[in-house]
Amino acid sequence: MLKTLKRYFPIFVLPTLAAFAISFIIPFIMGVYLSFSSFKTVKKTTWVGLDNYIKMFTMNSDFTKALIFTVEFTIISVITVNLFAFILAKFLTRGIKGTNLFRTVFFMPNLIGGIVLGYIWQLLINGVLRNFGVDITFSAKYGFWGLVILMNWQMIGYMMVIYIAGLQNIPDELIEAASIDGASSWQMLRKVTLPLIAPSITICTFLTLSNSFKLFDQNLSLTAGAPRNETRMLALDIYNTFYGRTGYAGVGQAKAVIFFLIVAIIGLLQLKVSRSKEVES
Amino acid sequence: MNKRNSVSNGVITAFLSILAIAFMVPIILVFMNSFKGQFYISKFPFEWPAGDRFVGIDNYMNGIVKSGFLSAMGYSFWITIASVLIIVILSAMTAWYITRRKSKLTGILYFAFVFSMIVPFQMVMYSMVYIANTLHLDNPVGIIFVYLGFGAGLAVFIFSGFVKGIPFEIEEAACIDGCNPLQTFFMVVFPLLKPTAITVAILQAMWVWNDYLLPYLLIGNKYKTIPVAVQGVLTGSYGARDMGSLMAMLVLAIIPIILFYLVGQKSILKGVIAGAVKG
Repeated sequence: MLKTLKRYFPIFVLPTLAAFAISFIIPFIMGVYLSFSSFKTVKKTTWVGLDNYIKMFTMNSDFTKALIFTVEFTIISVITVNLFAFILAKFLTRGIKGTNLFRTVFFMPNLIGGIVLGYIWQLLINGVLRNFGVDITFSAKYGFWGLVILMNWQMIGYMMVIYIAGLQNIPDELIEAASIDGASSWQMLRKVTLPLIAPSITICTFLTLSNSFKLFDQNLSLTAGAPRNETRMLALDIYNTFYGRTGYAGVGQAKAVIFFLIVAIIGLLQLKVSRSKEVES
Repeated sequence: MNKRNSVSNGVITAFLSILAIAFMVPIILVFMNSFKGQFYISKFPFEWPAGDRFVGIDNYMNGIVKSGFLSAMGYSFWITIASVLIIVILSAMTAWYITRRKSKLTGILYFAFVFSMIVPFQMVMYSMVYIANTLHLDNPVGIIFVYLGFGAGLAVFIFSGFVKGIPFEIEEAACIDGCNPLQTFFMVVFPLLKPTAITVAILQAMWVWNDYLLPYLLIGNKYKTIPVAVQGVLTGSYGARDMGSLMAMLVLAIIPIILFYLVGQKSILKGVIAGAVKG
């Protein structure tokens, strides 16, 4: 059968491959090339070597500022989202009444798109800040914490259902054995629960990490970078470099390459660290 | 178990109830404000829409006309449904082929699909828009092809994982009975992949429906999807910020999602968990 299958390559693989080449493979290779070029339109490019990579740091401090903002936001989001999601998951695996309803409510924000989420929170946050005579664009602090709250609201339910699935996979006998041996609840958590849900922790950390780091829609609709681009995250800064000023698309592409490299390195590191942890437990 | 436990369960239930209400507040607030006059939305966002503040469905009428919401809804539905169907069927076929026919080429392809999952959109956005424009894919039909290219990575990856678990003997038996590969795939393999297909469909639907940047860059000038229309309410060239229309548009954007969630909650949660574990 495998021999006949070969003749079916044009039917089984070609359509997907053609689409994949057009939306991903060719643009990716072109993107790497364009990051070393200066151009106004893609038709006429000049090779400029590392110029764009130097310019993105020297022409202004936007990229560095966005990088710092993004890193800070990501660290805080990963910690808070995972902590709250885990606590909620613990509460929802005790068999209390209404568990399903709670789960439904907590998960729902995750389905709403980023643009809509941003505007919902803009209304709420501005409504509260109004009492102090300011709004979210007044200081970068408001934008930062606004994004953190938004991210928590959106991601907690999602991570919670993954933790719940992990917690439900722990065999009851293990918990019973530990409690007969007189383990305190703290010991139980550290020595039994956490090692056994290590795979869930890995998945959730990775998902929150990459989602926070690559955040765009929410950033655009909540503050759009105000005030003075101080709440611009990397993805939004790259977008603005591409389309904000003509002639700077090459710099935008160079920023995108660096952005891609950071995301790829984080992904690989994360995978390595968590793999080694799982083996130990 | 014992008394102490039931007391703490009561405390937890109370805490969760308060939290659940807090979780709903942002949505309720938008809903409330969608019935209020412009001025009152930014001045008194927490007041109930009554008396002077109540404007009935004016915001909805304005917003729908201004943002072209009905056509946006049409485009969103069309693009989401068509893209998801095509991604699911074609990616499943591709995944089956490259898992069953091991060769250098299929090995490289599999790697490329997985690799594409970690690449941020900004990396390919500019060149992709240029290529898609050149090939005249900048319309509501062409964009589906582009979505196939972007969705294939995750879909092929998930499908491949499950194809590996299907015993090859079943397919061989079908082959001996005289099926060609297409018949084998659609009559034997695809039915077995159905649960996975639902997972993939849900993940892709959530992504395509909510996606903003791709439809904005590719077809945003002529054809607006819901997220693009919502973003356009404030930033469009309509003069003053029309908060009333925005609130109404937010409500209309949320309603289909909530309906979808209430109908398919079980499969959505299952799909999201399975997708996360696989990805």
